[in-house]
Amino acid sequence: MDQSQSTAQPSGTDSGSQPLLALKGFTKSFGPVAALTDVDFDVSRGEVVALVGDNGAGKSTLIKAVSGAQPPDSGDATWDGRPARLRTPHDATSLGIATVYQDLALAENLDVVANLFLGQEEIAGTIPGVTVLDETAMEKKAVELLSSLGVTTLRSVRTEVAMLSGGQRQAVAIARSLLGDPELVMLDEPTAALGIVQTAQILKLIKRLRDRGLGVIVISHNLANVFEVADRIVVLRLGRLAATFEAEDTSRERIVASITGADEQERATEDTQL
Amino acid sequence: MSEPDTTIGTAPAETVEGFSVRRALSALGRGDLASVRVLLGIAVIWTIFQIANDRFLSAVNLSNLTLQIAAIATISIGVVLVLLLGEIDLSVGAVSGLAAGAMAVLSVQQGWPPALAIVAALGVGAAIGLFNGFIVTQFGVPSFVVTLAGLLAWQGALLWVLGDTGSVNLPPSIITDLTSTFFDPAIGWALGIGGVVIFAGVEIHARRRRQAAGLGVSAIAGTALKLGLVAAAVIAAVAILNADRGVPLAGLIVVALLVLFTFITERTRYGRHIFAVGGNVEAARRAGINVTRIKLSVFTMASMLAAAGGILAASRLLAVNQQSGSGDVLLLAIAGPVIAGTSLFGGRGYIWSALLGAVVIGSISNGMDLLALDSDVKFMITGAVLLGAVTIDAVTRRRREQSG
Repeated sequence: MDQSQSTAQPSGTDSGSQPLLALKGFTKSFGPVAALTDVDFDVSRGEVVALVGDNGAGKSTLIKAVSGAQPPDSGDATWDGRPARLRTPHDATSLGIATVYQDLALAENLDVVANLFLGQEEIAGTIPGVTVLDETAMEKKAVELLSSLGVTTLRSVRTEVAMLSGGQRQAVAIARSLLGDPELVMLDEPTAALGIVQTAQILKLIKRLRDRGLGVIVISHNLANVFEVADRIVVLRLGRLAATFEAEDTSRERIVASITGADEQERATEDTQL
Repeated sequence: MSEPDTTIGTAPAETVEGFSVRRALSALGRGDLASVRVLLGIAVIWTIFQIANDRFLSAVNLSNLTLQIAAIATISIGVVLVLLLGEIDLSVGAVSGLAAGAMAVLSVQQGWPPALAIVAALGVGAAIGLFNGFIVTQFGVPSFVVTLAGLLAWQGALLWVLGDTGSVNLPPSIITDLTSTFFDPAIGWALGIGGVVIFAGVEIHARRRRQAAGLGVSAIAGTALKLGLVAAAVIAAVAILNADRGVPLAGLIVVALLVLFTFITERTRYGRHIFAVGGNVEAARRAGINVTRIKLSVFTMASMLAAAGGILAASRLLAVNQQSGSGDVLLLAIAGPVIAGTSLFGGRGYIWSALLGAVVIGSISNGMDLLALDSDVKFMITGAVLLGAVTIDAVTRRRREQSG
């Protein structure tokens, strides 16, 4: 079982320094079901780590554990080498971890600016009892943020989100997660519902996050996307860490073998497609 | 799905020069387009009734129309708030009656000062709204059911409050003054022109700030069109009302409430959060918005506005009786905003739809009264207008979403 882990690389090889976030021995059970068993994981600044695995492999459980939404039963986390507490979403946010869930959580009836700043609005001033919005400041920041991310397909930041394409919505959700100046962004299936052009745009956006020096964790089912964007690929299988690969030194076949467990039997001759 | 994500640049592509009606219209903000559609509808209705009876557009009749719709428009403001939240309040009619009943009994039978009785009536509204919000947020009972129960219960409470006589007449007091006070023409002009100047100042200031921040501004034609329309409407209204008895206090109260709640919903963080809860509760919650607090406060305000509408209705009728707030009050108060473009499904709408819808419904009712039509015809035509308006709204929305 541990034979495949021999391919795992030591952590943080890219930056040479210590990882931004390192998890050790993360374990989580739902009743009798072991969703995560003794998982070690890390991500560095300026690194995109793809988290892959079949359905039920524990990808989402791991993300939720890191985001504080569902804390693990046991396991330790360090942030910049220091022990960190990840028991609530607030813990994660204040450390600098932002999560973009698959359902995006956007209000379709509001425009892009309103969605970006929802819950963290810019304020022009307060009259006793009421807080007045500073629309100008928010719009200006929104335009700057989106163009710095290379999001160029929006006609206007005053467009209702209901009128946006799936890719544009994803871009808005990612941009929104950046407003709190996070250092680590986790994206759950960011390209799942997107067409080819939009997928390419979102992948480009993810690379920009890396170029800004953020740590990025991406969950994806799509191995072609994973290879395009990831520096490191972490495979989970049945709640355990199956293997870690440097994206440059591996092949799609080896990843698939690791996901399916075929590499544990004597190298299967042919891999099934996902 | 929509492949053609043509790149036009993030930054304000709305910076368009030159004039076209389409651009001018598209430059208008949220809710403005819907309101333009309703204004056209009102123009059609008024034209038809004027042709049928040339007294319809007379100063006397339009002045009466203003007083007739004041109560419903006030109740509708609260309905808009609740609709924005994606909820409904079916008890607004009954609450308006009960609050008016409480006010009448306290001031006439218990000898309270009229002003205090008014405050007590608003307090009754606030308490009921808080109760509605509490049941909705704490027990997860749909607001439809909570307020349907309220519709029955508060009507019963009105009968109980009124007691054996079943009716309380209001002698002249500040309560009756609310709908029988008319301003001197000069004051009317001062109010109207002052309002237009403030509105123009706010719009131009906002425009300047956007320009200073390097943001695109809508075509100057759009702003000019908007200011021109508002100025023309206000001047026409003041001129017509002055030709009769003058600008009524009740009308001023309604406009003040409209302005206040437009400010709250469009310009404040609290208002933004109302829209967010109505659009996507889960998104609002994850953004850290206190959904319970928003719902409680909106239900409270809605019932207070219903009470305020009930006070205006009683003031005009000079009495509160067992019929107060019953009958078609509820349906018209909800139908009005919906006709004028506020969605029944939450998150989309604007406060002024309360007035515009009330004008549509009030005009139809008033016009048919002038033509001496019976209420059977009135109800059917009002129903047809409601259905037609909502259908047009649904069709345009679907088309817009497809093109988006």
